[in-house]
Amino acid sequence: MEIPYTISTRPDTGLWNAKIGIWLFLASEVMLFGGLFSAYIFLRIDAPPGMWPHGLLNVPVGTMNTAILIMSSVTVVLAWASLKMRKYNAYWWYMLATILCGIIFLTVKLAYEWPQKFDHFGIYIKTEALGKYEQYLGNEYAAEKGLAPRVEITGHLHNRAALKDPNIKEYEVALDPLNADPTNAEMDRPHFWPKPATEKIATIEKEDVQYATMFEPRHSAYFASYFTITGLHGLHVLGGVLVFIYMWLPVSKRLYQRNPEHLANRVEVSGLFWHFVDLIWIFVFPLFYLL
Amino acid sequence: MNNPPDISQDSKEYEEYAHGIRKHVRGYLMVGATLLVFTGITVALSYVHFGTQKANIAVAMLVATFKAGLVAAIFMHLAAEKRLIYRILVFTGFFVLGLFWLTFLAWYDYPIFR
Repeated sequence: MEIPYTISTRPDTGLWNAKIGIWLFLASEVMLFGGLFSAYIFLRIDAPPGMWPHGLLNVPVGTMNTAILIMSSVTVVLAWASLKMRKYNAYWWYMLATILCGIIFLTVKLAYEWPQKFDHFGIYIKTEALGKYEQYLGNEYAAEKGLAPRVEITGHLHNRAALKDPNIKEYEVALDPLNADPTNAEMDRPHFWPKPATEKIATIEKEDVQYATMFEPRHSAYFASYFTITGLHGLHVLGGVLVFIYMWLPVSKRLYQRNPEHLANRVEVSGLFWHFVDLIWIFVFPLFYLL
Repeated sequence: MNNPPDISQDSKEYEEYAHGIRKHVRGYLMVGATLLVFTGITVALSYVHFGTQKANIAVAMLVATFKAGLVAAIFMHLAAEKRLIYRILVFTGFFVLGLFWLTFLAWYDYPIFR
């Protein structure tokens, strides 16, 4: 049986069916991401001073990924317009550009940004031991300048065995610039270009540690929401890319030859989904990378 | 049947239609460029201190809402859409605000934190 109203409009709704379908789906997507964003807002409002990390993500890379996603939104709408003008070749190239943008976005996220976090170490110091590590935390200086208190030492863990072996009594950490030089005014606020961990090694005794972990979801409410929301967003990008690949393959050219408007409508609805994914990222980027 | 083979077989009419799309393409490119510029502005503004962190968040969200509005209005064609879709979106807005409100209520369920 032929699916009705793929091109012509249904008299009672005034729309072709897939258009209503995709908007209802996007409405449910708004609820899905809305729940996560509302959780984010209240976790963040609830975080005690100094417990919502800043400047831990790579801003230039995030900015580049944002630009890539925006460009892919432009190319997908141009792909659709090309089909409407019956220029299949142009459509093919714009679709390829969109697919490549999606793949670059995912690769940067999964092969560069996430693994870097999984390799970054954070140690929360017990309240009573904070004074002992003042040289790395600079809390007196922070209080003088009205900055949030510092309770965490971050950097690269040198003796990884310490994570599992209870006989090793301390962590050896190559410090991040903030902890290496905590009273330097340049470190008061995060930098656009991230600075690598220094050569300065700190030894932190395990008995002074509240808890220590790599920058994984369990590190903090911040990273838990970061990985959940960017992970779900990444799945959406992957889904979009797979659909676009199908529409770019020869199988869709046959549909184009049969009925170009049908393919144009398919591209329009998947484009609507893609723009929505871009729209979510427009909020994710400042909330996690910049603020 | 339900699906006519093409929008128009009449070449003159089709020319007019294609011309309309071509005009849209310029708009899409301009919106894309605007979005890229405003991404730069978002990043730059985050390094300006607006007094409090709350003020910085408000400014960033304002810029993000503007960008999202552009995507929705132009790329997603919401600037000129059928009434039924607006209706769906009004319902969505209502329920998503309700969802935020429920989280807000649950937030007050734990007096130890307040």
